[in-house]
Amino acid sequence: MSSTIDRREFLTRAGLTLAIVATPSSLKVLALGPAATASEIFSPGPWLQITPDNQVTILLCKSEMGQGIHTAIPMIVADELEADWNQVRTEMAPVEAEYADPVINQHGTFGSMSMRNLYEPLRKLGAAGREILVEAAAKKWNVPVSQCEAIQGKVHHQPSNRTLSYGELVEEASALPVPENPRLKDKSEFKLMGTPVARRDIPAKVRGEAKYGIDTFVPGMLYGVVARPPTYGAKLISYDEQAAKQVDGVRHVVNFDRGIGICADTLQAAWKGRDALNSKWDRGVEPTLSTASIEKVLADGLDKPGREGRNDEGVPSALRQAHKRVLAEYFLPYLSHAIMEPMNATAHVQADQCEVWAPTQSQSGVQRAAAPIAGLEQAQIKVHTPYLGGGYGGRGATEGVKEAVALSKATGKPIKVLWTREEDIKYEAYRPGYAHRIEASLDQQGQVTSWTHKVVGGSARGPGGGGGLRNLQYQVPHIKSALVPVETIPTRPWRSPGGSHFGFTVESFMDELAHAANQDPVEFRLRHLEHDSRHHRLVEMVAEKAGWGKPLTRGEGRGIATFYSHGSYVSEVAEISVDRNTGVIKIHRIVCAADCGPVVNPDTLEAQMSGAITMGWSAALQEKVEFANGGVQSSNYSDYHLLRMSEAPEVEVHLMESDAKIGGGGEPSLPPIAPAVTNAIFAATGVRIRHLPLTPERVLEALRKG
Amino acid sequence: ERNIRMPDSLTLKINGQSHTVEAEPDVPLLWVIREYLQMTGTKFGCGIAQCGACTVHVDGQPMRSCQLQVSRAVGREITTIEGIREDHPVKQAWIDIQVPQCGYCQSGQIMSAVALVEKNSNPSEDDIIQAMEGNLCRCGTYTRIKQAIYQAAEKVRNA
Repeated sequence: MSSTIDRREFLTRAGLTLAIVATPSSLKVLALGPAATASEIFSPGPWLQITPDNQVTILLCKSEMGQGIHTAIPMIVADELEADWNQVRTEMAPVEAEYADPVINQHGTFGSMSMRNLYEPLRKLGAAGREILVEAAAKKWNVPVSQCEAIQGKVHHQPSNRTLSYGELVEEASALPVPENPRLKDKSEFKLMGTPVARRDIPAKVRGEAKYGIDTFVPGMLYGVVARPPTYGAKLISYDEQAAKQVDGVRHVVNFDRGIGICADTLQAAWKGRDALNSKWDRGVEPTLSTASIEKVLADGLDKPGREGRNDEGVPSALRQAHKRVLAEYFLPYLSHAIMEPMNATAHVQADQCEVWAPTQSQSGVQRAAAPIAGLEQAQIKVHTPYLGGGYGGRGATEGVKEAVALSKATGKPIKVLWTREEDIKYEAYRPGYAHRIEASLDQQGQVTSWTHKVVGGSARGPGGGGGLRNLQYQVPHIKSALVPVETIPTRPWRSPGGSHFGFTVESFMDELAHAANQDPVEFRLRHLEHDSRHHRLVEMVAEKAGWGKPLTRGEGRGIATFYSHGSYVSEVAEISVDRNTGVIKIHRIVCAADCGPVVNPDTLEAQMSGAITMGWSAALQEKVEFANGGVQSSNYSDYHLLRMSEAPEVEVHLMESDAKIGGGGEPSLPPIAPAVTNAIFAATGVRIRHLPLTPERVLEALRKG
Repeated sequence: ERNIRMPDSLTLKINGQSHTVEAEPDVPLLWVIREYLQMTGTKFGCGIAQCGACTVHVDGQPMRSCQLQVSRAVGREITTIEGIREDHPVKQAWIDIQVPQCGYCQSGQIMSAVALVEKNSNPSEDDIIQAMEGNLCRCGTYTRIKQAIYQAAEKVRNA
């Protein structure tokens, strides 16, 4: 990625500011003044500002939801800038085009993209700042640049033993041209990158002082709750507005496109008002919809042709000439994000602007959702992003924002909308359920000669977006794939949208093929990966770290799975045992090896790897959204179970650092965990489970059937 | 200006300070703490004592504040995350081990952990699981929580 760097000067409360912005496009250098026209401002990355008070401010276009991005971004800039970590502060960037992620041209935090999109621009940004400051000092002292050196927030001139702080150089630096291709540090020069720098958001979170969306209070605000259709597509028949208005504290009753809104002084009054509404609805568009009916739709889809993904002409002959043919079908349930901080948003619509406070993964999405409801331009939607109490893809949703904006527009008051847990589970959009059918042919040597893969589901997002139906991570000469779309239930990305189902199916099936070919599952995978490739080396690494092939230390079965997604390779080995009386699976050990390219912060990367494995195991073990009578039956953590401490696996993470392009960190360790466990169950019991979740009943049934 | 019409004036003792608040007697303590008094460290997660995000101490015992009517908290010592001193071994360990990810559940986790180590400064793994099993974490920080509790307990033991 090449980078153009431009610079503007402007006055802030602190005085003159040196502001630099990196953009990944042409080599043209722009000389932007404060009155730059829109055409001169194109897709810039996060800002860097240095003020005469010697403060370095980095503006962030990414939301912090626990992935440590508010630490990683300043680490990169500060390291290249050679700033003193203690002089660096951060704040959320305004949600305006010039501050957006320059690759996606929007403000959003999803797809494990932050590091992938920003790593290079941020390094160039910091490096350019460093070069300008050094040049400014040289000019001020009238000495050669080569005699000056930036060290920890200061420029030194060794021969004369003089030093100036960055703050003292702001005015001089602001007048200098910006280097087009600043010299990036060599890895050996890094001071912050590659080290486990403590996360900047953690102390406030431990003190209980960190502000999340739910913690928003605006003077004069009312609480907004909404009575919504109880089943999909249900139409309102009647409601008692007067009864609701008679509840103490209820101020407004608003009939709008999402239901009946109640605005009240307190949440309690709003909830009482909603009860008093006694809203009646018809049975919805599909009253017979249930878990069973949806599962039948998915299973029936396997026999439909679907939309073609890839159709290599060699597939039929490979199947005909097969030494062995293997066919298997897999089923995955709908999953809830079940984010601990329930959906919420606060909005205040005024004549010329609308302020929104939302724990969002997509500030641009908030603007797009709010503008038409508020009757304003997107640029008039001022989005404030507090901390997110979890994200996992679920916080790209804007339903809460739409409700808060609509109710604020209707009442003229700031409105805080907060969903209960029951509403959050019932009205959110899920990870789709899926059915997969895969058939492959093996030759006499046990090599896979063809792979035919059909996916039935709400969206066949592959790893990296659509790739799942076109590309297989293994070297297989002939591939055929198809998608049968099913669009009955609202769905949205869920941590590793494609990988969470392709990982399970591809890696389960590879294991089945390995056994059909009488080969060791690790050896079999290696034989289908390019020799000495990153992926090949990583599988070797995880096998070595896990002691693959050696006697088990604690469990009775060991399974491997490996998956490439979001620009990163992750391989996992699970050691498990199965209680044959209860069907309970016990994980004894998970060994994870990851190659995400360069590592910015090994401690947060380890936490992300371990966290996504834990979430993936939670889903594989017990998560499933239940439907009944045309709507959602699951209601709360009492019937949508999340993993608890006693079930949490011990995860050991090994990072294989490389100089390859940086990969994502938040999602790619999730796909391998479910198949690593089911492959281990097969190793332990000889029983293959192709249906998630792995509830004790399902495990027992599988064991019975043998 | 909000015009909150609520009948009862209640006095709560939170973190050693008296707070007078107008609230219906049956409102769960959780909402009074976080929405009425705007002490937002205590979090709402489920409302049915399934997640532990709202854990506070009442007379030194960990309790789910979503399950305690505010009138029943009158006259009792309520401690929230804000009332645990910053140099408490549990808070220190949470920072040392870099436990939180999104952090939303961590106030509740810390309140459960503080109650545990103050009662039992040498907890076994089973003791830890028993004390912490009611606190959910969607980010999956359980392993680090365990490590931090071992570290905090050791500090309490050696104090």
